[in-house]
Amino acid sequence: MVTFPGSLDDRDAQRAVRLAGGEPVALWHGDADLRGVDAVVLPGGFSYGDYLRCGAIARFAPVMQTVIELAGHGLPVLGICNGFQILCESHLLPGALTRNAHLHFRNRDQRLRIENTSTAWTNAYQPADEIVVPVKNGEGCFVAAPDVLDRLEGEGRVVVRYADGNPNGSVRDIAGICNERGNVVGLMPHPEHAVETLTGPSTDGLGFFASVLTAAVS
Amino acid sequence: MIDTVERARDTPDHPQPYSELGLKSEEYHRIRDILGRRPTSSELAMYSVMWSEHCSYKSSKVHLRQFGDLPRSEVLLVGIGENAGVVDIGDGYAVTFKIESHNHPSYVEPYQGAATGVGGIVRDILTMGARPIAVMDPLRFGPADAPDTQRVLPGVVAGIGGYGNCLGLPNIGGEVVFDDSYLGNPLVNALCVGVMRHEDIRLAKASGPGNQVILFGARTGGDGIGGVSVLASETFAADGPAKRPSVQVGDPFTEKVLIECCLEIFAADLVVGIQDLGGAGLSCATTELSSAGSGGMHVVLDRVPLRDETLAPEEILMSESQERMCAVVTPSDVDRFMQICARWEVTATVIGEVNESGRLTIDWHGERIVDVPPRTVAHGGPVYERPLARPLDLDDLTAGDPGRLPRPSTSEDLQVLLLRMAASPNLCDKTWVTEQYDRYVQGNTVLAQPEDAGVLRIDEQTGLGVAVATDGNGRFTRLEPYAGAQLALAEAYRNVATTGARPLAVTNCLNFGSPEDPAVMWQFAEAVRGLADGCRVLGLPVTGGNVSFYNQTGDTAINPTPIIGVLGVMTDVARRTPMAFGTAPDEVLLVLGETRDEFGGSEWAWSEHHHLGGRPPAVDLGRERALAEILVTAAEQGLLSAAHDLSDGGLAQALVECCLRGDVGAEVRLTGDPFVNLFSESAGRVLVALPAQRRARFTELCEAHAVPVAELGTVRPEHATLTVAGQFGVPLGELRAAFTGTLPALFGSPGR
Repeated sequence: MVTFPGSLDDRDAQRAVRLAGGEPVALWHGDADLRGVDAVVLPGGFSYGDYLRCGAIARFAPVMQTVIELAGHGLPVLGICNGFQILCESHLLPGALTRNAHLHFRNRDQRLRIENTSTAWTNAYQPADEIVVPVKNGEGCFVAAPDVLDRLEGEGRVVVRYADGNPNGSVRDIAGICNERGNVVGLMPHPEHAVETLTGPSTDGLGFFASVLTAAVS
Repeated sequence: MIDTVERARDTPDHPQPYSELGLKSEEYHRIRDILGRRPTSSELAMYSVMWSEHCSYKSSKVHLRQFGDLPRSEVLLVGIGENAGVVDIGDGYAVTFKIESHNHPSYVEPYQGAATGVGGIVRDILTMGARPIAVMDPLRFGPADAPDTQRVLPGVVAGIGGYGNCLGLPNIGGEVVFDDSYLGNPLVNALCVGVMRHEDIRLAKASGPGNQVILFGARTGGDGIGGVSVLASETFAADGPAKRPSVQVGDPFTEKVLIECCLEIFAADLVVGIQDLGGAGLSCATTELSSAGSGGMHVVLDRVPLRDETLAPEEILMSESQERMCAVVTPSDVDRFMQICARWEVTATVIGEVNESGRLTIDWHGERIVDVPPRTVAHGGPVYERPLARPLDLDDLTAGDPGRLPRPSTSEDLQVLLLRMAASPNLCDKTWVTEQYDRYVQGNTVLAQPEDAGVLRIDEQTGLGVAVATDGNGRFTRLEPYAGAQLALAEAYRNVATTGARPLAVTNCLNFGSPEDPAVMWQFAEAVRGLADGCRVLGLPVTGGNVSFYNQTGDTAINPTPIIGVLGVMTDVARRTPMAFGTAPDEVLLVLGETRDEFGGSEWAWSEHHHLGGRPPAVDLGRERALAEILVTAAEQGLLSAAHDLSDGGLAQALVECCLRGDVGAEVRLTGDPFVNLFSESAGRVLVALPAQRRARFTELCEAHAVPVAELGTVRPEHATLTVAGQFGVPLGELRAAFTGTLPALFGSPGR
């Protein structure tokens, strides 16, 4: 779990990893050493205050140089919200997250459809599973060139789609995508906020963290 | 030329712009008496900001003393006078909470005004040694359809969200109220809650001679300087920017980093005392720190890191640049302190040293520009017993009996009224506002708006948690300030208890017009007296608060609006009582308390007839106590599946909200006048739902506390209709369309 200056959901994501049965390890943006972890989560927040563009500065953090390198060798990496933005800025994922179509920050419980269950982060779900997970973002509107979108669709790399409403105007209701290998996933919604019935709308988010534990073991 | 102490001594007759800085002639002469000479321009700057109404509470002090006179509470670890009060919630945890206003800045520049309002209160909480864990925002605007509300509301909401979201603080509640009286003077109040272990409480004091004074956080700029630009322009050649914006500009990223940096510094136990820089900036921090500690401090002002090198010393002393803190650190800890700041890339500079001289001395370019007894600046301000006079129009207002207003006479009229009320700006769904706030971050939000109170988990192992609610009713307070303040207290208290938390402590933000108007001052005195008396009956301490005067347009003051915050504790948040119907099988509905024909100041009178008159509902705080006892016990015993307080809009509104929240229908049977039953705003009432088999146990509990309880009806999960037997039935779809359509229609729909 990487903490950048301005990361907010780092401790939430650590809790989610713990509840899924994993051992969370705190990583620091300024330290290139990943301390031998089996998977990396880039949490939500406003790294560097979203200055310049969301994720544009975090992408140059020392820790990201190692993450980029090891992702190329198959290390599972999940970017949530700001983490997704950092993955796009790092070119580990295509496309970009732009300002919500309605220009407001929006936080609500969102129905999602799992489109790809073969990634390192979604293998615990069944195809076409519908789950409810919070979204909360101001710049979550996914965009990409038409040919990139077609390729993503064609290769089954749209991992999660908004169902029953689109909270931010993302093209083709895209809520999350993965790289070709399926080890790097970017998600706009926040599964770490749906891990306990007491504090979340569901426990549907646990599957993302359970998936990577399975992937790590295999 | 620098106005040094020496020069001040040599030029006693040098004219000074004290009245432009807001000081009265006698106040200026008092400063001269204290110093035995004229003040330097820097000293004048410091006295003028610290003796302002905002900092010195000079008009309110004589009344606020009543809060300090309340019986000593065992739960109060730190009381009034520090940055925020601290309450013991058990298991070694302490919670601090406070509300502040940022009304005027938010009117001038809604986004930044509201954003820095959040930033300021969060730093107050942080200063106590606590990790901030949530914010809430009670808001008041002019009419929802007024052009200026279109300007102010979206900016305020975006500002609160923009700052709070970026700090990673869940926004768990608040209020949005529209009323003509706030058109030229909206109210933007912000509450913050923080948590710490008992041993981690920090205080604002500079003790220990030789200890170092460290300024850290953002650089100091020319923002937020009010009166001093007058002084600077009178004293200095105009070679810097002439007009400073008086609204501060916030940078939440800097504050977020500052929070984490401070918490790491606290954990390493590296500070002797700490103070945030808010209103009056360095003037406030240096004088308050030194007067609370060893009594003296020397500061080298040249060392303050600046954003704008042209700033004059007076401006540096008065700047209200955001995201700055001032710490007192022993010399041996300075290195470690600096290392932590470096890790978070936070600028930190030693600007001075604590001593026992009894004087605050400040040098600039090697010359002495300030030499004052700090206590006289921080606490020696004037105290006024302002004249009080009952408003001349009050008799006419209270004579305006709402009983004379036309009421619906047929069941069809009642149904139409229910829908129209549910869609009215004050009662309608506030999702348009609240979905712009992050309510999930930190992962401990158990209940958030629109629930009766925000509920936060404090300890993941034990489930220990807190509930916080804020309330205020300007119309009730306008009609009868003493009762209005007590009604606000009663409602916040009841809201906390409704979720199952035991009320523990009170904070407040008192928003009033000009204290120089005797009618306003009378309202203020009455409201404070009502609140103090109310707290005495409820057995709750007031932990602190904030006074905001001069909320008026021309000669017309806002409706007096004391906002009351109540904090409660819950031993296990898993036992909280939510508001949604339909979470348990076979639910019956009961109403606790008595419903009377009370419409003075009601939402019905206002939204249907634009009428404000008569008397507000009767307050019975003994009854509120009994009610709270029932609700807390019932939650602990797991008797209730839902509960919702009856207040604005009465029973009708509560039914609409509980049905829609759970997306289930209900059928109710009313005895007596259906209109009064549905829309009266009698205090001391709560609607509860519970499985039928627990009814006997629950009604016994009510009888034991002598609170009347009446059968109302049942939840009907299979029928998507709210039915009032013998009157009407409204499909939930129609109800939802009415309830949720209003704000998107007024402020723009963000789409599905």
